[in-house]
Amino acid sequence: MIAPAIVLDDVTVTYPDAAAPALSHVSFAIEEGDLCVVVGRTGTGKSTLLGTLNGLVPHFTGGTLAGTVTVAGRTTRASRPRDLADAVGYVGQNPVTGFVTDNVSDEIAYGMEQLGLAPAAMRKRVEETLDLLGIAQLRHRPLLDLSGGQQQRVAIAAVLAAQPRVLILDEPTSALDPTAAQDVLGAITTLVHEVGLTVVLAEHRLERVIHAADTIAWVTPGGTVEVGDPGEILLRCDVTPPLADLARALGWPRVHRSVRDARRHVQRLELTPAAPHDPPVPAEPVGLHLGDLSVSYGRTRAVNGVTLDFAAGTVTGLMGRNGAGKSSLLWAVQGGVPSAGDVLADGTVDPRALPPADARRAVSLVPQTAADLLYLPTVARELEQADAETGAEPGTAAGMLARLRSALPPDADPRDLSEGQRLSLVLAIQLTASPSVVLLDEPTRGLDYAMKARLRGILRTLAAEGRTIVVSTHDVEFAASVADRLVVMADGDVIADGPTREIATSSPVFAPQVTKVFAPTPVLTVAEVAEGLR
Amino acid sequence: MVLLRRTDAPWARSLGVYFALAGFILAIRLFFQVIMGAGIGQTVLFRLPELHLPAWAAGIRLGGAVTAEALAYSLYDALRLVVMLVCLGAANALANPRRALRSVPAALYDASVAVVIALSVAPQLIESTQRIRRARRLRGGARTGWTAVVAVVIPVIADAVDRSLALAAGMEARGFGRTKRDGPPPRSLTAALVGGMMLLVLGAFLLLNSADVVATAVACLAVGAVAVGLGLRAAGRRQGVTRYRPDPWTARDTGIVASGFAAAAVVIVVTQLNFAAVHPSTDPLSWPALHPGFLAALAACLAPLMLAPAPQPVAEGVPA
Repeated sequence: MIAPAIVLDDVTVTYPDAAAPALSHVSFAIEEGDLCVVVGRTGTGKSTLLGTLNGLVPHFTGGTLAGTVTVAGRTTRASRPRDLADAVGYVGQNPVTGFVTDNVSDEIAYGMEQLGLAPAAMRKRVEETLDLLGIAQLRHRPLLDLSGGQQQRVAIAAVLAAQPRVLILDEPTSALDPTAAQDVLGAITTLVHEVGLTVVLAEHRLERVIHAADTIAWVTPGGTVEVGDPGEILLRCDVTPPLADLARALGWPRVHRSVRDARRHVQRLELTPAAPHDPPVPAEPVGLHLGDLSVSYGRTRAVNGVTLDFAAGTVTGLMGRNGAGKSSLLWAVQGGVPSAGDVLADGTVDPRALPPADARRAVSLVPQTAADLLYLPTVARELEQADAETGAEPGTAAGMLARLRSALPPDADPRDLSEGQRLSLVLAIQLTASPSVVLLDEPTRGLDYAMKARLRGILRTLAAEGRTIVVSTHDVEFAASVADRLVVMADGDVIADGPTREIATSSPVFAPQVTKVFAPTPVLTVAEVAEGLR
Repeated sequence: MVLLRRTDAPWARSLGVYFALAGFILAIRLFFQVIMGAGIGQTVLFRLPELHLPAWAAGIRLGGAVTAEALAYSLYDALRLVVMLVCLGAANALANPRRALRSVPAALYDASVAVVIALSVAPQLIESTQRIRRARRLRGGARTGWTAVVAVVIPVIADAVDRSLALAAGMEARGFGRTKRDGPPPRSLTAALVGGMMLLVLGAFLLLNSADVVATAVACLAVGAVAVGLGLRAAGRRQGVTRYRPDPWTARDTGIVASGFAAAAVVIVVTQLNFAAVHPSTDPLSWPALHPGFLAALAACLAPLMLAPAPQPVAEGVPA
């Protein structure tokens, strides 16, 4: 009988000055060679659970851990994280912040240097690890020149070089576009199936990982953890990827985890929902006009003469690979980066020519790192400052926050809020100026499904008020559910532009999972399927 | 020579900054000489209107005759500083600081880690500040004044603290600090290192100060150097960290260092033989004469061109 790779025995974790324990009486075991996905709403302690597995909680983060965590035969009570480095590899949320050296092979060798290995052995292992993850041609490249997916793979290679038996990953694909995420997940499944590692990963974008998971650990809001077979747990838990949503809506006894399984089940049951009809996307009045807009950074052209018209009262999704020019386009429209060409908001106003205080009344942008805009110590003071900056009546910002149905404690520090709460706060602050055009740059990073559904509701309400909304995202599910129109960019040009249903159903890269299950019927969301089967 | 041998990496591009700084210093010195210098020498170049400051301002005379001798004197003086700056810039442009730090003795490993991290923090801080300043525009707040400064500084610092903690967690999880032997070092090691350093300082002080105690000074330096060397070796063995592909010291490196020393030696010899060639007189003003020894020194300076290879362009792999 092989001993399980990871055993938690009645573990309770309490952070200092916390009212309630983050994890409470957690007991489970993970078999060797399993891929375990940790799921849970934001703020429920997934990171804490991952931290207990290599000793970062409590040795590094502080707090009290009652109970025992045994990984690869060693307890974290007796060993510090650095002592466990040859048994457990840990890759944190943002791999760039964990890089110590400046090129790929040095980064991979760093862990081995710390372990005191002989130089000859190090050289051999560096080459093996590069081959295992498919990054051999990147060996001498500086780390900051790599793309997101490559950086993530280098971070994984760096911890693999110490040859651990357990690999822990905290949100490995949250910042990556679908293709890069596919590469990283492919590398991870190779490690599980070919090398026999035990991998534990936490992820919000479950639709990408669910088909490969052997076990699921669901961290409930109460701090307990339920571990079991994915098909069964997904029917009960509060985190619902599209396929789980589908199973619940259609009353299936278990969740089919891959598109192929779900499709076969649907064909066996001969389910064909009626094709939904969309009202045509209005083209008038034009809320935002871009004429031959170009943005260049030095010699690179980020946006190449783009001409687009966005109608007022619609939500447009801007999609494309990382680096396609989506962010540059949005910043250029707001006036944050210099650009050439025409920009007209509301038919008359060029936000680039206005001073910032007036520009934000016409066009408002919520940037990728929403926290960049927050600098005051409490939520209440941020809202007051927003009123003062806009010259609005005191209480406008707070009222906007209430309309977004986000109850935030007024004396909380904005940096202690969860991702979703911070996004609501920044959105409320930006909407205080009552802009007619609202731009959002990758708002879904770090949000769970429930928060994304709430954001969808907020954006549709704003559009119904007559504003023009443009959302840049590579979350295909979110874009398919919220946008009326999709614009796809690549390398600075617009390569596809049309109603959401047309674009999303025409290529597998941009199709949400439900579309792929019911192809060729052009359905986009579970709600449409349920409606169509009635 | 530096221009031919430097690579295109970020630290190498700072050479222009050093040249600019050097030129600026030169211009400032000449400017002050023109305005305030006492006119020594005979050859008057031009006259500025004179202005005698009253006695309570120490009777300085502004303007007046500007002589070539005075200009030449301050030019030579400033050139010394300029050359030092340019040499520093050249060293900075050619050396990758992280690679240099990898050759640090093992005893100083902790200090070198701190320096490496500081080297990565500086560009991150700059990138953070740019990002947050761009985001400030979105809130439309005050662009100047104390509020604007606070609005940029606080997120930057918060960002820096978050990144440092993430880096620390990453390094801890990868085993940093694992092989160090715990416990205070033995007394003999501390005594050797501290005593050795004190002897080195004393020796340097004596050597630079007066000429009669040269023998004692050299003796102090020698004993101090030996003590420090042995202490560093012993301290290094307490650190268990190995080094991946450290740069080996080859014959080519010895050759480059030797040519540098040769150039310096030639100049010193020429100074002993013919002082006037190295320090051209400014009163009476004469053109600096070219001593043949200088040609030898120049050749020694350019020798590394043949010894060091030209930098290879970084091989572009097929993008993944």
